[in-house]
Amino acid sequence: MARAVLDARNLLCPLPVIRTQDRIARMAPGDVLEVRATDPGALNDIPAWCRVSGHRVLEAREEGREVVVVIEVGDGAGG
Amino acid sequence: MAEKQRKAVALISGGLDSMLAARVVMDQGVHVEGINFFTGFCVEGHTHAIRRRDRARPKRNNALWVAEQLGIRLHIVDIVEEYKQVLLHPRHGYGQNLNPCLDCKTFMVRKAYEWMREHGFDFIITGEVLGQRPMSQRRDTFPVVARESGVGDLLLRPLSAKLLPPTRPEREGWVDRERLYGFHGRTRKPQMALAARYGFRDYAQPAGGCCFLTDEQYAAKLADLWSARGRRDYDLDDILLLKVGRHLRPRPHLKLIVAREEGENRFLEGYRRRYTHLRTVSHPGPLVLVDGEADDDDLELAARIAARFSKGRAAPEVEVEAVPLGGEPRRLRVRPLPASEVRPEWYVERRGAGLLRRAAAG
Repeated sequence: MARAVLDARNLLCPLPVIRTQDRIARMAPGDVLEVRATDPGALNDIPAWCRVSGHRVLEAREEGREVVVVIEVGDGAGG
Repeated sequence: MAEKQRKAVALISGGLDSMLAARVVMDQGVHVEGINFFTGFCVEGHTHAIRRRDRARPKRNNALWVAEQLGIRLHIVDIVEEYKQVLLHPRHGYGQNLNPCLDCKTFMVRKAYEWMREHGFDFIITGEVLGQRPMSQRRDTFPVVARESGVGDLLLRPLSAKLLPPTRPEREGWVDRERLYGFHGRTRKPQMALAARYGFRDYAQPAGGCCFLTDEQYAAKLADLWSARGRRDYDLDDILLLKVGRHLRPRPHLKLIVAREEGENRFLEGYRRRYTHLRTVSHPGPLVLVDGEADDDDLELAARIAARFSKGRAAPEVEVEAVPLGGEPRRLRVRPLPASEVRPEWYVERRGAGLLRRAAAG
């Protein structure tokens, strides 16, 4: 199971969601992606996108001025 | 129903109409997935996210919210770069402001059509309603979108379908035309009644659509930017920055972007490495970005304006740190510009509005 980090800092929503989506499309089910963003909207939007896309949010938290979302890629990857 | 389950891709804007259109087709047993396009001009939660005072309100991406309510997947596509050609050279011109609605709709339907073919889907759904929008949603422009996008009769508009010629999904029995709708005009009542029937609440109802290009002030700021640079072009940062702060142009080549509060300060801080910028140091004040090449005299004026918008506006002297792009930071001691010397025409909305009017006339 691969683990990757995506730097989506200094991007405004929906760009962090788009970058997450495009990255996950290249990952395999079971892989883990950690996304770091600065737009506070990412804290809602990335988990919402995961819910509609069948990926599991392992963690979603604020860390200082950053938002960290950790995702386990689901079977619906590659869409 | 046909023998195999048909698949449709629905253009999802985040508004009510596209939400209903998708739902109406889902009700007929069709597998629906959503597609949403990011042009950079979308009015989305992020502008609220920037401004601190808006943060108490719940933020959400409306397209994602719609997808979740419908229980469908959503594919968000970044079309910022390609969209430039649509905005800069619209075949069918602009609407009231800088909104190229007809070209925009055609472009999005064309992109959805590409996606549809790549993913083995059967047809496309939009939430268009006959007579709803003055430029793109008319009886004479509906066929233009279908023709110029290349999608032809694989484009279904479930909310107005009964008023339009039958499309292939209807003729082939993929959907039952009788269970589609005949909405028309600018009234929102039928949509609201249908939403109530489906139990949809808290849906977004943006006035003037979900695009900044229909906004008079925004369009004016963009017109000012093009005029000052002597060419019609932009990048993503340009168009995002137009949504943030006060924009003043005290000299033709010099524009200042002044944060209005802490949230905007934070956002503009992300641009410090790419712009000459100033900040008051003797008094609390906004971060000011300089768009354009500033000489010493320009920096002095920028510092006096920064001081004007700081807590030191009434002080005899304010100390300002100026950081030229690629240069060493320096401290300036300046007298804040008196309010009477901040000319109304410096605000780029005003200058741009004149440019737009002249462009429309000529």
